[in-house]
Amino acid sequence: MTWFPIARCDDLVVRHVFHGQLRGRELAVWRADDGFVNVWENRCLHRGVRLSIGLNEGQELKCQYHGWRYANRTAGCTYIPAHPADSPARTICNISFLAVERFGLVWTGESPSGELPTPPSLTGRDGFGLRNLPINAEPAAVLDELADYRFAPTTTVTGRGESWIELTGEGETSSAVVLFVQPVDAARSVVRGVLVDPPTDDKRLAVLHGHHRILSRLRIEIEQRASGRVMPSPIIPTLLRVPITHSVAPKTSSRDRMSVTVAGRTIVADGVVAFELRRIDGQLPTFQPGAHIDVQLPNGLIRQYSLVNGPGELDRYVIGVKREPNSSGGSACLHDVVRTGDALAISEPRNNFPLRRDSFRTILIAGGIGITPLLSMAQALAASSLNYELHYFAQSAEHIAFADRLATLGASVIIHLGLSPDETGDALRTILAVPEDGEHVYICGPGPMLDAARTTATAAGWPDPAVHFEYFKNTIDVDLSSSFTVELARSALTIDVPAGTSVLDVLRTNGVALPSSCEQGACGTCLVTVLAGEPDHQDVYLNETERRAGDRMLTCVSRSHSERLVLDI
Amino acid sequence: MNIPTDDHARRVATCTDPVALDEWYVICALDEVAVGAVYRTRLLGDTVTYSRSPDGAPTIWRGATAEGPTLTHRVKFGYLWTTLGSPAHEIFDIAECNETDRRLLNGGSILVATSAPRAVENFLDMGHFPYVHTGILGAEPRTEVVDYDVETTPDQVLATRCMFYQPQAAASSTEGQMSEYIYRVPHPYCVMLYKSNPDDPSRMDVIALFNQPMTEESIRAHNFLCLIDDVTPDAAIRRFQQMIFGQDKPILENQFPRRLPLDPRAETPIRADKAAIAYRRWLTAKGLTYAVIPAAE
Repeated sequence: MTWFPIARCDDLVVRHVFHGQLRGRELAVWRADDGFVNVWENRCLHRGVRLSIGLNEGQELKCQYHGWRYANRTAGCTYIPAHPADSPARTICNISFLAVERFGLVWTGESPSGELPTPPSLTGRDGFGLRNLPINAEPAAVLDELADYRFAPTTTVTGRGESWIELTGEGETSSAVVLFVQPVDAARSVVRGVLVDPPTDDKRLAVLHGHHRILSRLRIEIEQRASGRVMPSPIIPTLLRVPITHSVAPKTSSRDRMSVTVAGRTIVADGVVAFELRRIDGQLPTFQPGAHIDVQLPNGLIRQYSLVNGPGELDRYVIGVKREPNSSGGSACLHDVVRTGDALAISEPRNNFPLRRDSFRTILIAGGIGITPLLSMAQALAASSLNYELHYFAQSAEHIAFADRLATLGASVIIHLGLSPDETGDALRTILAVPEDGEHVYICGPGPMLDAARTTATAAGWPDPAVHFEYFKNTIDVDLSSSFTVELARSALTIDVPAGTSVLDVLRTNGVALPSSCEQGACGTCLVTVLAGEPDHQDVYLNETERRAGDRMLTCVSRSHSERLVLDI
Repeated sequence: MNIPTDDHARRVATCTDPVALDEWYVICALDEVAVGAVYRTRLLGDTVTYSRSPDGAPTIWRGATAEGPTLTHRVKFGYLWTTLGSPAHEIFDIAECNETDRRLLNGGSILVATSAPRAVENFLDMGHFPYVHTGILGAEPRTEVVDYDVETTPDQVLATRCMFYQPQAAASSTEGQMSEYIYRVPHPYCVMLYKSNPDDPSRMDVIALFNQPMTEESIRAHNFLCLIDDVTPDAAIRRFQQMIFGQDKPILENQFPRRLPLDPRAETPIRADKAAIAYRRWLTAKGLTYAVIPAAE
């Protein structure tokens, strides 16, 4: 398939969405703040509303109808306001097309492949764009008739391709022009001309006017001749159906693994290194603020790290890794072994810490390296002009990570330096003093601080569903002493779980595959539905309300109060 | 698999769908028909002509002139209804209209370049309030659509316990409130909502949209109100309704395809769209083909 021009580069005005069309298919074309040109089908997947009337927020495009957000580069949905607590399914992704900028034009196609059409005269040149001219006639006929374009005393056709024609004029000064024909529809074309040699400043207007005048006369003739023919019917583009959602629960299969290179490695604070990871082939998947990835290390260990990225920042993933003094080989390996240029395997982003964006005020509380997911959240809230505070507790100024990103957030960032545990407790009591209806708190940091924050929030009267935690790891000692029986409702299996063995392990031994990740009750990957019995929750993932409901459990650590548990597996 | 989109030839085609033909449709508000004058409008791709004699009695003719065969008509809720087929049922009732202290008002008729089911679905939708009716029927960041109940019977789709925060729920509102709605679809192209009255929360105001399908992809939306409100002038209520509908119109006219796709995978429904999902399934069960894209077999 061929590439066609669909817009001038300067049609993509800052924070604007351009409405284009190619072979009957409407396109929403927008440039993100990072310069990337997005060419998407002009139709929100939810209810079919044109995305060209949406809002280009710089990193994301927001649909006008229900406020759904779609990320720069991937076109993946990042937020559905009607369900603020949920992460949108990964399959909700608008249809996008490849885009390239050349000769001052934006090029795309339904499934373009190979090189752009490049007339020999324009090889290695930028050219100078003429005004584009719409012509109501069939693209093939327009291309034929452009051979008659006489812009100089002697004009000859010096080249021709599938969708372009090159003409050279002999006159006072010899000049060449390439006319590209954009097939808008079966009987509608746009001629996009490029001069091989840019005119000098003093002649620019005269040259533009001259070409436009002569081309406009030719247009009238072409349209007159076209009116004598029966025009073909407009092309009816086919709209793809939405794919089936294959996975409801997050999973870790080899399918989700992808290769990245370490494109950058920066010391961002005392003991903290930021790694910039870029996809070796293809586009990194959409993520939501609060998401993390699994990183497979050269020594075979798998560790989870939160993404620091702001919305729509999808040319790379950025993680912050703190060297742990008692490292079992994870952070030490990243710090000591992994260098710029190395290849790593990572998982798709998963989100156990989703950010609601329907709060009148959001309070983000970070302790130490716990800043990473909260920084991603703060950037998303800032981009949507939502009210928030980011409290960052750190040992000293040297321990403040990602100062450059924090600086862009201005006065919403409040830094608390060098506080003792008691002073931290006082600060948390002040921050969480007054629970307000419709506000939410997100906390990530070391265990003791989280416990203090959880207690403080409860004492101050914050409702459970308004307080969200992400533990680095589960520091609760798991009690493996009980034994019980598990019935698998769907697999019709009954299995004994002896003391000292987890449900997850017993299931695996019996050939029941269940996704898992952290295996310490913190990530939520192995969550299953409980149909009967009383689970003994030993995880840190479920909140109080969810624990009391007793209808779901994490199989990696939780056990049973009842002699028998029935699971929906 | 692909979904067919707009077919230009269909836009002017005459209706052959028996389900659509055997229905009653509003063609005008009666108080807008001057005695003696002759009017023309379109219904299901056909032209109809109507007039009103000095005694107030309306007559409707099929075709572009006030002669030839006349069409059966009804007068209900202050509107003139007709049919191109032979419906076995009468027009649905709105019980509240029989209450003596009710005020019945024609809120205006607006042309929209979309299909009638798209307009119904937009009317059933709370999720768009903060984005399309910003500061009036909704406001960011209060965007959550909490779970509600939907019940479908052969006669109607009913959605109850629909709650949404509204800064200015009605023309007479002075402050924000959590509004509770009941939505009811008693006709493939007509929809109404019941919402708590701002002055008397024990009673419900009724607002209805009677969509006249001029063609598959163009409608006249007739906005009917049945209120408990002795204070607000007609003009203020109409202005409010027309402001709201004026915000919906550009969205509806930028929605593609214009006909409502009934295939569940043609678009991406979410839990908040429960009422719309039930409505689409109800239309499929009726076997309606006019102004929709039927689900593939």
